[in-house]
Amino acid sequence: MAEPISTPVKPPFWNNPQVRAILFQAIALVVTVAFGLYVFDNTQTNLRRLGIASGFDFLSSPSGFDVVQSLIPYSPTSSYGRVFWVALLNTLLVSALGIVLATLIGFVIGIARLSKNWLISRLALVYIETFRNIPLLLQIFFWYFAVLRAMPSPRQSLSLGEAVFLNIRGLYLPAPEFQTGFGWVLAAFGLAAALAWLAARWARRRQRATGQQFPILSVSLALLLGLPSLTFWLAGSPLVWQLPELQGFNFRGGWVVIPEMASLLLALTLYTATFIAEIVRAGIQAVSHGQTEASLSLGLNSSLTLRLIILPQALRVIIPPLTNQYLNLTKNSSLAAAIGYPDLVSAFAGTVLNQTGQAIECIAITMTVYLTISLLISLMMNRYNRRVALVER
Amino acid sequence: MNPLKTLTAAAVLLLAASGLAQAGAALNAIKERGFIKCGVSDGLPGFSYADEKGNYNGIDVDVCRAVAAAVFGDAGKVKFTPLTAKERLTALQSGEIDVLSRNTTWTSSRDSAQGMNFTGVTYYDGQGFLVNKKLGVKSAKQLDGATVCVQAGTTTELNLSDYFRANKMKLTPISYDKSDESAKSLEAGRCDVLTSDQSQLYAQRIKLAKPDEYVVLPEVISKEPLGPVVRHGDDDWFDIVKWTLFVMVNAEDLGVNSKNVEEMKKSANPDVKRLLGVEGDKGKDFGLANDWMAAVIKQVGNYGEVFERNVGQGSPLKIQRGLNALWSQGGLQYAPPVR
Repeated sequence: MAEPISTPVKPPFWNNPQVRAILFQAIALVVTVAFGLYVFDNTQTNLRRLGIASGFDFLSSPSGFDVVQSLIPYSPTSSYGRVFWVALLNTLLVSALGIVLATLIGFVIGIARLSKNWLISRLALVYIETFRNIPLLLQIFFWYFAVLRAMPSPRQSLSLGEAVFLNIRGLYLPAPEFQTGFGWVLAAFGLAAALAWLAARWARRRQRATGQQFPILSVSLALLLGLPSLTFWLAGSPLVWQLPELQGFNFRGGWVVIPEMASLLLALTLYTATFIAEIVRAGIQAVSHGQTEASLSLGLNSSLTLRLIILPQALRVIIPPLTNQYLNLTKNSSLAAAIGYPDLVSAFAGTVLNQTGQAIECIAITMTVYLTISLLISLMMNRYNRRVALVER
Repeated sequence: MNPLKTLTAAAVLLLAASGLAQAGAALNAIKERGFIKCGVSDGLPGFSYADEKGNYNGIDVDVCRAVAAAVFGDAGKVKFTPLTAKERLTALQSGEIDVLSRNTTWTSSRDSAQGMNFTGVTYYDGQGFLVNKKLGVKSAKQLDGATVCVQAGTTTELNLSDYFRANKMKLTPISYDKSDESAKSLEAGRCDVLTSDQSQLYAQRIKLAKPDEYVVLPEVISKEPLGPVVRHGDDDWFDIVKWTLFVMVNAEDLGVNSKNVEEMKKSANPDVKRLLGVEGDKGKDFGLANDWMAAVIKQVGNYGEVFERNVGQGSPLKIQRGLNALWSQGGLQYAPPVR
C-alpha cells in the first residue's frame, strides 16, 4: 500500500541559514556605513556652522616657524607638508636608533641575567627591576631635567681632542665632508663585502664537505677594513672632517645631538631593553636543558653552544613578544612632546595643529601614520618569525 | 582608502562631532548650566595665576569674572580651566570652554579659518626678548646664532622666525609646551634667550630664582593685541563678552569705579545713567538684567582698576599703562558708547 508522500513544505527564506548569514552581514554593513556617514555629515555641518576651514589645503601653505632638528632641508618658508616629513623622520630616527640599541642591550642583559657569575647576574637583575618599574615619562624627565641639565655651558664645554664637545646644548661631533673620489672608497667597500660573502659561502660548504674550518671572521674583517682603506689612501684621502667651532653663542659646524633627542633615546632604550632582556631570558630558559647537555657532550664549548644550539631555538619564542616591544618603543617615542623634541606628535599634531587650527585633519594624519608604522613593523617581524619558526612536516 | 584608514578617520570625526554637536546656542546653554567655563593660562602672573589657595587672579581672570557678573549678576560663577598654548584653540573650538581669556593674540587666520571671534583687546602687547645679563647683549640684533626658548603653537614662534630671517641671523629654537619649561631652560642655560610677549617676560622674570640677573631687551618685534575669544556662530554670546569689556573701559572713561558705583547712580550725566541702568533698558537688548553693567563695575571694577590691581602699580609687576592707557590719555584703550 503506497502512502502518499507528503511534499516537504519549503521553509520560509528567513529560516534558511545561508540567507540569514548574508542578511545579517548586510544589515551590519548598512548600519556601519550609515553611522559613518552620519558622523561625517554631522562633523562637516558643525565645522561649517562654526566657520572652521576643513580639508587638506593647509599642507601646502608656508609654515613660518623653525624646527630645531631636521634631517632634510627645512626653513620657515617651507610648507606645513614639509614639517610633516621633518617630524616623521625625527620620529623614525629616534625609533630606529632606539630599537637597535634596545635590542643590543636587551640581549646582552638577558644573557647576563642567566650568567653563572653571581655578581653579573645580580647586576643585570637590579638594572632590569629598576628601569622596568619606573614610568617612562619620569625616566625621560630624569635624563632631561636632572642629568643633561648638569652639563656645562658652551664656553666651558667638555672636549675631546678639540673635535668632540659636550655641553648643555648637546653633543657636538665632527661631520664628514665627502670630496670627489670618495665614491671609489664606497665601491671598494661594496666589493669587499661581496668577496667576504663569497668566502663565507665557500668556507661553509668546505666545512660541510670536509669538516675543516676556515678563519672566516678574520679574513672578512681584513677584507672589509683593508680594501676600503687602501682605496682611501690611493684616492688621496677624499674626506675631510668639519670640526665644530665656538662662534658667538653656540658651536657651529659639525653634527649635533641635541639633549632632547639624547634624553628621549636614553630613556626609550634603557626602558625597553629591560623588557627585551626578560624576553630573551625566558626564551633561553624555554629551550630544554637537555639540548645544552647534548651539545656539551658533543664537545662544543659554551659560547658555541649558546650561538649554534640555544639561541636559534630560543629565537622562536623570542620573536613574537619582541615585536610587541618594538611597537611599544615606537609608540612611546611620542612622549617626546613632553621635552620639546620635534617628533610627529610634538611638531605636527602639536605645533602645526595649533598654527592652522585644523585639529581633525592633523590628528587623522598622525593616527594613520602611527598605525602604518606599527603595521609595517609587525609585517617585517612576522616574516622574520616565519623564517626562524619550527618547520613541521 | 583602505578600511583601517576609514575607520581611524571616522573615529576621529566622531570624537570631534560629539563635542561640537552640543555647542548649540552658547548663551542658552550657559544660562541653563549656571556658570561660565573660562579657559585661562597655565600660570602667568598678572594675567591668570592660581595662588597658593587655588584662587585665580589676573586681568584675563577678571575678564571672565566680569562676564559672569554680566550674565548671572555674580562674578563667582566661573569655572577656570588652565590650558597650554597648544591646547587653548582646540579647547575653544570643541566647546570645552565658552570663552578663552588667555593672553591670546588677535590674528586674521584665527578670526577667519580657525572659526573664532575676538571680542576686543584687553592688553596691547608686543614681543620681546629676555636674556641673562652675563651674555652682554644690548640689542636683539646681536642675537645671531643664539638658542631661543619659545612656547610651541604661539604667534611668538612665528614672529621669532620672521625676525631672525629678516635680519639674516641664524636661529636655534627650542619649543616647549609650557611657559614654565621655557623659564627653567633659560635658567639652566639650555637657551640663551627667552622670547615671549613683553608682559609675559616681566611676569616670568619675577618667577626666576634670581630675577636681577636677567634683562628685557629694548626691541619690540611685533604687535600682540591680546584679548578674549569666543567661538564663531553665536552672535548673542559674542556681543555680551565684547560689551563686558567695553563697559569696563567706558566706566573708567566716565570715572565710575567699583567703590563709587552706587553714588554715581545719582549722577546727572546721561552717559553714566545709561551705563548704570538708571535710564533706558540696556539689559533687554542683550537678554540680561537691566543693571548688568553696574554689576560688572561693582563686582570687578573698571578697566583701570583691573589693570593696576593685576599688572600695574598695585602688583609686583609694576607695568606702566603705556599703550593700555585710555585714548584720552595717549593710549589705545577706546570703547564705543553705550546708547
